[in-house]
Amino acid sequence: MKQLTAMLSAPKTAAPPAVFARQRPRYAEKLIEASLLAAALLTILTTLGIVYALFRETISFLGEVPLTDFLFGTEWHPLFNPPAYGVLPLVTGTLAVTGIALIVAVPLGVGSAIYLSEYASKRTRKTIKPILETLAGVPTVVFGFFALTLVTPFLRDIGINVDVFNGLSGGLVVGILVVPTIASIAEDALSAVPSGLREASYGLGATKYQTSTKVIVPAALSGIVAGVVLGASRAVGETMVVLLAAGQRPNLTFDMREPVETMTAFIAATGKGDIPTGSIDYKTIFAVGALLFVMTFVLNMLSNFIVGRFREEYE
Amino acid sequence: MAWKVKEEPAPGGAAPDVTPQGEHAPTGAQNIFELQAVSVRYSGNLAVKEVGFGVPTNRITALIGASGCGKSTLLRCLNRMNDLIPGARVEGTITYKGQDLYSPRVDPVQVRKRIGMVFQKPNPFPKSIFDNVAFGPRVLGMKEDINLLVENALRRASLWDEVKDRLKDSALGMSGGQQQRLCIARAIATEPDVILMDEPCSALDPISTARIEDLMNELKDRYTIVIVTHNMQQAARVSDKTAYFSVEVGDNDRRYGRLIEYDDTERIFTNPSDQRTEDYVTGKVG
Ligand SMILES: Nc1ncnc2c1ncn2[C@@H]1O[C@H](COP(=O)(O)OP(=O)(O)OP(=O)(O)O)[C@@H](O)[C@H]1O
Ligand SMILES: [Mg+2]
Repeated sequence: MKQLTAMLSAPKTAAPPAVFARQRPRYAEKLIEASLLAAALLTILTTLGIVYALFRETISFLGEVPLTDFLFGTEWHPLFNPPAYGVLPLVTGTLAVTGIALIVAVPLGVGSAIYLSEYASKRTRKTIKPILETLAGVPTVVFGFFALTLVTPFLRDIGINVDVFNGLSGGLVVGILVVPTIASIAEDALSAVPSGLREASYGLGATKYQTSTKVIVPAALSGIVAGVVLGASRAVGETMVVLLAAGQRPNLTFDMREPVETMTAFIAATGKGDIPTGSIDYKTIFAVGALLFVMTFVLNMLSNFIVGRFREEYE
Repeated sequence: MAWKVKEEPAPGGAAPDVTPQGEHAPTGAQNIFELQAVSVRYSGNLAVKEVGFGVPTNRITALIGASGCGKSTLLRCLNRMNDLIPGARVEGTITYKGQDLYSPRVDPVQVRKRIGMVFQKPNPFPKSIFDNVAFGPRVLGMKEDINLLVENALRRASLWDEVKDRLKDSALGMSGGQQQRLCIARAIATEPDVILMDEPCSALDPISTARIEDLMNELKDRYTIVIVTHNMQQAARVSDKTAYFSVEVGDNDRRYGRLIEYDDTERIFTNPSDQRTEDYVTGKVG
């Protein structure tokens, strides 16, 4: 007790004891800090450089094609004569493929996340999670051929009359591609739900299913949604699968049995051709790229925003 | 379904005398739980060894003892919460109102409907105050008017006056003491027979603690309460019966908990029959 009072009444301004004094400057630490900062700056600068290049060409493109024609025009054939620069068919192609992908990926991704986090035994989880994550590492060109040579014939076998190149099989396979993204983020969100909430729910006589659907999933909802948004952003940016399987016909339709062209597929297909630098055709690539960038950027921001909100929920 | 039956304790009924450790069952109280030679293992490691005692109906029973002696473990056996821990194994017999709690025919979910639990750390759901209390009744599909159920539970947890104007607000905006009383309200909303409390006041200030202790005394005539506590005064103040556990060191330095003494609280604190109990309650050890 006496000690305590002594501590409490001790002057707060006393000089720090000598044992805490710095003994010698730590140069190695400073050096490491500086090089880490340099690495971070380099990454940021590169990104800024890309954005700059993207928007410089885009502004120059918009000097020749009015913005409203570009955004709201319904015909896209920049290489024909006369050319048309309405990006809408590419946007709808992209959105339709993304939509199909999400129809596949959201139930599969969220479902497997719930299974892994709430139902699977530790051993099952340890086996399945790496497999799921390996799926994310398969080169997308493999998925593209999978779509073209297996999924499209399969769709025909089951009586869906698709063209050789079609948005449907592209979208389905992009969906499979996106499952690991959604599953992994959703699983993180579900496992991050404090175990106290699980115990509280079981302690009230709730079943596993009731606990998952009424407590755990709602508590992790913003994390799950963030995963879905990130998955959507991956689907929007996915290139190889749609390039190989969906065809390259800018097509203002939502009938996904037909070929469609997405924004990414256009960029890849046109970019690999021999287009003179500085020509209007060259600039279209950048314009479409900039629009794509804005779309995925908005999606990623949305996802970050939701994740940020999620953190507040049960602190 | 046996677990649906809610019986009143038979007044004056003789307590089945199966409790070892020289227990003096208070007259007029029947034992709701009987534990016999209960051992618990986690992945093969013994945590609690051969514990036996009886928990009287509509009384407060305190479990005390040093950290790691298996109080929480034993408490969680009483509503089969240990089923949720992979690798946890319970041996021996635990009966609840004469029925074997661990018989293969017993559904643990049904058990937990009758035997509620309040945890050390307040764990309200990230939902509104109302939805927290309504959770249990909704999940159990209780037919009564939900508004009434919620109000009654909050009143019995002496929380109603504080929250009646903010039922739609998130429960996470409440103070720790309020959250813990909300968790008690949530547990009693389902009308259980027993409430298990694992150090319910350890995260609370003395005033909130006093309120919860008052609350326990009020709840006593409707519920059986088993409480784990590190607070000797609390055990002495609120409980009718006290079980003292200690940590024994077995072969290979394995530590496990054993029941040392179980008796009326008054006796445990004034005239314990075991020296180790006396040392513990008088603060000489632990
Ligand atoms: N989930 C678990 N898995 C493995 N071992 C566990 C688990 N929970 C408890 N144990 C072990 O069982 C023993 C008893 O733990 P328990 O939590 O029941 O003690 P306690 O008396 O409640 O302690 P405290 O007073 O610190 O809460 C300890 O040795 C602990 O390491
Ligand atoms: Mg404990």
